Amino acid sequence: MSEQDPRLLLQPAPLLQQGMTTPQAMKDVWIALAPATLFGIWHFGISSLLVIITTIIGAMITEWAFTPPEKRGHVMGDWSGALTGLLLALTLPPGLPLWMAFLGGAVSTGLGKVMWGGLGNNIFNPALVGRAFLLATFPIVMTTWHGSVDSFFTIHPSNLAMPLMQSATDAVSQATPLGLLKFQQSATATGSLLLGTTTGSLGETSALLLLLGGIFLILRRDIDWRIPVAIFITAALFSAIINSFDAVKYPSPLFTLFSGGMMLGALFMAPDPVTSPLTPRGAIIFGVGIGLLVVLIRVWGGLPEGVMYAILLMNAATPLIDRATQPRVFGRGRPRE
Amino acid sequence: MSHSNLKSQDPSSSRLIISMAIAGLFSGLIIIGIYLATFNTIKANKARELKEAVFRVLPNVTQMSQLRLEDGRVVAYSGDPDENTLYAGFDNRGHFIGYALTGSGAGFQDTIKMLYGYQPDKERIVGMRVLDSRETPGLGDKIYKDSEFVSNFDALSVYPTIKVVKKGNKTKNSEVDAITGATISSKAVVRIINLANKKWLSNLPANPPEAPEPEKANRADKKQSKTEAY
Amino acid sequence: MAEKMSGYDEMLKGLWRENPVFVQVLGMCPMLAVTNSAVNAVVMGVATFFVLVSSSFLVSSFRGVIPKQVRISIYVVIIATFVTVADYTLLALVPAIHKELGAFIPLIVANCIILGRQEAFASKNSVKFAVFDAIGSAGGFMFALLALGSVREILGEGKIFGIPLFGDNFEPWIIMILPPGGFITLGLILLFFNWVTARRAARNQLQAQPVTSSRGSHIQ
Repeated sequence: MSEQDPRLLLQPAPLLQQGMTTPQAMKDVWIALAPATLFGIWHFGISSLLVIITTIIGAMITEWAFTPPEKRGHVMGDWSGALTGLLLALTLPPGLPLWMAFLGGAVSTGLGKVMWGGLGNNIFNPALVGRAFLLATFPIVMTTWHGSVDSFFTIHPSNLAMPLMQSATDAVSQATPLGLLKFQQSATATGSLLLGTTTGSLGETSALLLLLGGIFLILRRDIDWRIPVAIFITAALFSAIINSFDAVKYPSPLFTLFSGGMMLGALFMAPDPVTSPLTPRGAIIFGVGIGLLVVLIRVWGGLPEGVMYAILLMNAATPLIDRATQPRVFGRGRPRE
Repeated sequence: MSHSNLKSQDPSSSRLIISMAIAGLFSGLIIIGIYLATFNTIKANKARELKEAVFRVLPNVTQMSQLRLEDGRVVAYSGDPDENTLYAGFDNRGHFIGYALTGSGAGFQDTIKMLYGYQPDKERIVGMRVLDSRETPGLGDKIYKDSEFVSNFDALSVYPTIKVVKKGNKTKNSEVDAITGATISSKAVVRIINLANKKWLSNLPANPPEAPEPEKANRADKKQSKTEAY
Repeated sequence: MAEKMSGYDEMLKGLWRENPVFVQVLGMCPMLAVTNSAVNAVVMGVATFFVLVSSSFLVSSFRGVIPKQVRISIYVVIIATFVTVADYTLLALVPAIHKELGAFIPLIVANCIILGRQEAFASKNSVKFAVFDAIGSAGGFMFALLALGSVREILGEGKIFGIPLFGDNFEPWIIMILPPGGFITLGLILLFFNWVTARRAARNQLQAQPVTSSRGSHIQ
């Protein structure tokens, strides 16, 4: 039956109150994401704001519905459900029908988080679970990209498609920098990748602002710096090697770092403390794995983008990495299995 | 023998063997029975399916004959179809229309097998039908479910080679509009046809083959109308 | 009259309270593999129904003469025979669906629900009860297949038994007709069943009645 509050608090040392709490860490992430989010809204227009709001609502309603009433205040209070919704929204195309955005938000908390027992128990990054679901469910809509809009208040007609229906008008998809490279072998200038004036998911385009947010999180010690650094170094090295074979076909290191969801994924999703290894060595292995997988999938896979699957695959390997890199107890031999 | 007796004493090995043998015997008899009972229907189903496919890929065809490529020559053939079998289609007055050729190769998930109609005099493909595939439902399976894609093959020039282009960019007679979201499957279909063409086209005889006997044609007619009603 | 009542009870037990899929979680392989459309689900269900009911009938009829030592082999022979019959019949009657179901028709022989019912029930009970029990279990399996198949077809293609429900503009949920859709749908249905069972158990406890055992109930 329902869990009762413990009468007696039993926990191992240290018993000191730590400075960092979950709501505090969440607040930091909100601040860190704010610039890139605001830029995305400005760049892609009010459509993207609608997508963000809908995803957050979807995520929060699901979390509320599947949480026992007596725990709701506590669980909803840390705003992590809403953060999941925001992170998911940042990986979605701005012209996505709102009903799909809502569904994505619901799936990301429902299947990505609540089902595992709530925050802290999930194996996979919830936002990416939602995105993976949407990509597998609506592959064409999820890869229909809208460019920047003429007027801020333009709402894409595809946003307003009726639930379960596709939009009546055919959207003209614009190629993302990754798609351009993969299918037309034309590289986008690093400058526009940094600024984010390209086509793409609504919060992933501005590499510079995401990097700023990430540095803020690292300085606040909300995330382990080893993970993004390992990802960046591995991906850059790997693409430098293959780029030296064929500079037209394969991405340059800078392109690899600043295009697609690399910044968003490496700084805000991969280092999620719940789904990444706890040990320093583990964090590096985790980052190297993601860096390798991203380039592998982007260059040789069927899809132009690979950040999402790279992170999800390494999420799955996290328990194993944690186990393998456990520091041994001082003064004793290697632990025996 | 009663139930309780079984538990108290162990039956002899011969009794066990006999029980098994009897069970096996009856099982065998039943299986042979159902095999014989369904044999003709299953064979007819297969033949009908093939005929339907041939009629689908060759417009206005009402009769067909089965041929086989043997040592670089096309000869009449009446055995079971294999990868070297082809079919010649004729209209109801016995005029030769074209060949139905088979092709198979790797798709996105598993081997795609297909049949396509080819008119040698016009050097073009006039129809394509996927016989067997395990492409992704909802995406890759559009190679046979999407009528727009299939209609690419209704009048497709085979020279120099067939090319896949992004949807909406078709400009030449030998180009195929790819399916949005299923480029790999679209390309696989075209690659298989190009490969099959290499095998078939140079070996097709210059003179059209002879039409089958008319009574056979009538039967084929009936079969087809029955199929459609079914 | 009492005997008749319990016969129905044997049947109802398989349909709902001890549903082989939702409560016992058996037969997952065909459950996940062939439920991408309602028609496939029904054909699979009918084939399994035929095999299970016929096998239970035979096993129960001959329960007195089948030696205990070789009973499993004989059950398997009986089941395999009926599976072959079903396989050929479907191939002759509905070749298109047979092609889609592919290897899963022959694999009915490995469906643990069938051998399970023979060993646990048909070999120990009268023909009448064995058949009722088989109808219940097979019916429960069919019901589960149909539930999963319908949900997946409605969301995955916007159709039910091939009839469009939402018009041309429906946006198909492609994942639903792919294997992950099977897992997700089954998981959600199991979630619902466990929720219902847990609620019922809680209510029963409130009424201070002895709770009948059921493997799906979550009473601690």
